[in-house]
Amino acid sequence: MSQITGSEAVIKSLVAEGVHTIFGYPGGAIMPIYDALYDYKEEVNHILVRHEQGAIHAAQGFARTSETCGVCFATSGPGATNLITGLADAMIDSTPVVCITGQVASHLLGTDAFQETDVIGISMPVTKWNVQVKRAEDIPAALAKAFFIARSGRPGPVLVDITKDAQFGMMDFNYEACKDIRSYFPNPVMDTTKIDDAAALLNTAKKPYLLVGQGITLANAEQELLDFAEKSGIPVASTLLGLGAFPPNHPLYVGYLGMHGNYAPNILTNEADVILAVGMRFDDRVTGDVSRYAKQAKIIHIDIDFAELNKIVTNEVSIHADAKEALALLTTKVDKRTHESWIQEFRDAEKLEVEAVIEDAIHPKHDRLQMAEVVNMLSEKTNGQAIVVTDVGQHQMVTSRYYQYKAQNTNITSGGLGTMGFALPAAIGAKLGNPSKTVVAIIGDGGFQMTIQELGTILQFKIDVKILILNNNFLGMVRQWQELFFEKRYSFTDIVNPNFTQIAKGYDIEAKKIDQRVELSEALDAMLSSKAAYLLEVVVEQEENVFPMVATGASVSEIRLK
Amino acid sequence: MESNTYNISVFTENSVGMLNRITIIFTRRNINIESITASESEIEGIHRYTIVVNEPKETVRKVISQIEKQIDVVKAFYHSDDEVVYQEIALYKLPTIALASGGDAERIVRAHHARILTIESEFTILEKTGYPDEIKELFTELKPFGLLEFVRSGRVAISKPMKTLEEHIEDMNNEKIIL
Repeated sequence: MSQITGSEAVIKSLVAEGVHTIFGYPGGAIMPIYDALYDYKEEVNHILVRHEQGAIHAAQGFARTSETCGVCFATSGPGATNLITGLADAMIDSTPVVCITGQVASHLLGTDAFQETDVIGISMPVTKWNVQVKRAEDIPAALAKAFFIARSGRPGPVLVDITKDAQFGMMDFNYEACKDIRSYFPNPVMDTTKIDDAAALLNTAKKPYLLVGQGITLANAEQELLDFAEKSGIPVASTLLGLGAFPPNHPLYVGYLGMHGNYAPNILTNEADVILAVGMRFDDRVTGDVSRYAKQAKIIHIDIDFAELNKIVTNEVSIHADAKEALALLTTKVDKRTHESWIQEFRDAEKLEVEAVIEDAIHPKHDRLQMAEVVNMLSEKTNGQAIVVTDVGQHQMVTSRYYQYKAQNTNITSGGLGTMGFALPAAIGAKLGNPSKTVVAIIGDGGFQMTIQELGTILQFKIDVKILILNNNFLGMVRQWQELFFEKRYSFTDIVNPNFTQIAKGYDIEAKKIDQRVELSEALDAMLSSKAAYLLEVVVEQEENVFPMVATGASVSEIRLK
Repeated sequence: MESNTYNISVFTENSVGMLNRITIIFTRRNINIESITASESEIEGIHRYTIVVNEPKETVRKVISQIEKQIDVVKAFYHSDDEVVYQEIALYKLPTIALASGGDAERIVRAHHARILTIESEFTILEKTGYPDEIKELFTELKPFGLLEFVRSGRVAISKPMKTLEEHIEDMNNEKIIL
């Protein structure tokens, strides 16, 4: 067999892993890999982004909507450091991404060479695993390990840093997928006696309560969740990243948990006697003051990541398992029950929220448009089937409250890290992974400007992403906090914006701006029926607040309706 | 929560950067590492770290879970001081002339079970193994002789329970699921 370069081995390894799409940006230290890529244009679609942060967020959006691994390329030094925010985001939101970075030649390591940075050291806290490769012959095994680690167990980002001499080096190519690493145990052996313990608790519970997170989606356990809920009759609430895992119109669905979640699921957390939490991690945005969180309840926690068990709350039963497997077995062990009066408590509490918040939000009497009515109408027009990618802030919380995610893998947002600038590139990735689906990026006027350069990627690759800017001319979530907790001292939250539609037109993207309620329906229709990328800017109420709200330091039972 | 001394043993693959991967887990929680030592374990290719911290048990338990989550970590344990046998080593460099003219040197070396590693014309090096306070006591006694240099190792600790690392690994592998 004739020898090939390390660079060609990179591309051949990716092809062997089934990678068809790469997001990246070339530069000095990764040029040999880009040179090899030139010969594989038929097999691999490389999307040239406008900033490496865009590359990794696009890879995240791709991974989260297509159930595969996202892949990105970046050069050494600034190229690699620009990936860090995305790595941190993928780490905390459990997204499988493989990043390949070029590195200076191995004899230059540690010498402060041009564009040298210790990317292994810098990325260590924000990667599930990383490795530096200095020899061409080590490339296939490193990449095989990278893909295995990124995808297995609790997924996460990995980074493979390849020195320039390794990219140029010659080697015999032989690719073997990695199936096992001796020190790594990604598939926990479920202790079935714990399932019995859980079933016993649930079967005698008077007010059992089911909390679900992204672990359901990652484990493809949506059907098992539905079967379990319908048999046990237990009401289901979802975390931010869990939205879409359970049908929002199901009679057992009681809403969205957390700081800006629904009233009933938050306040009744402190009434439940047994809580079953599946594939969620009791984030502080979900628990509020943890010392006053569900103290009355016995908690059963199912998670594939052992380190999440007993990390925030103390469990009665900890089940270290894959959600799909655990729910399937648990379904066979629970009694068929209904909990009518308990669920009625949720409906009664929900009524308070509808009257105090929701009715006014979606059918407002205000002159100015409200974010919620825009999202609500979008949800109706798309029948909850679109892939909706959100950024971070008020529009994100409003979307998670008012968009009815009815299809799986359609709720894409930066949850754990709260990365402004996530949505536009993530939507690009989502669309490339799902060419036949409608992809809408809902973004605030602040976040849009953090990665606005990716409009260039949309232009170059003709990516049909619908961009819905909810513009309140404020950094709205921070402004809301300043109003509520800092005596309305609006310190640097009023933002002067450019003309977004003109910018879009500069990128050859059709755009429209509206600020009247009467225009909304038609404008959304125009956006959704357009055959190409489209930017719709909706000017909304400037000082609108997102309610309900569990203020920092408050208990979930102190959730405010106004 | 009450802090106590815990001896953490971490067994890892011998890969570049492992020490960093482990220590950042402590850094994240702003935990000070009192002492750390690393070397190859009884199993070839597997390295052993002994890390001493002063923290509440709950915190140590969570740190252990997060250490074990690292891909190249085989296993991690934590033990209180009474569950381990531990030792440190210290070296003391003194002017030979001061020792020779003092008269009390022999008593000190005997009383502290110190060893003389080398005697050169200019300096003498003593070695002492033991607990930190024993090492400190000898340090105090030698100080008047004009101590030139002093170094103390981190703690090495071996746990009292009889289950070996190999048995732990065997148990883990018997249960391992490879898809």
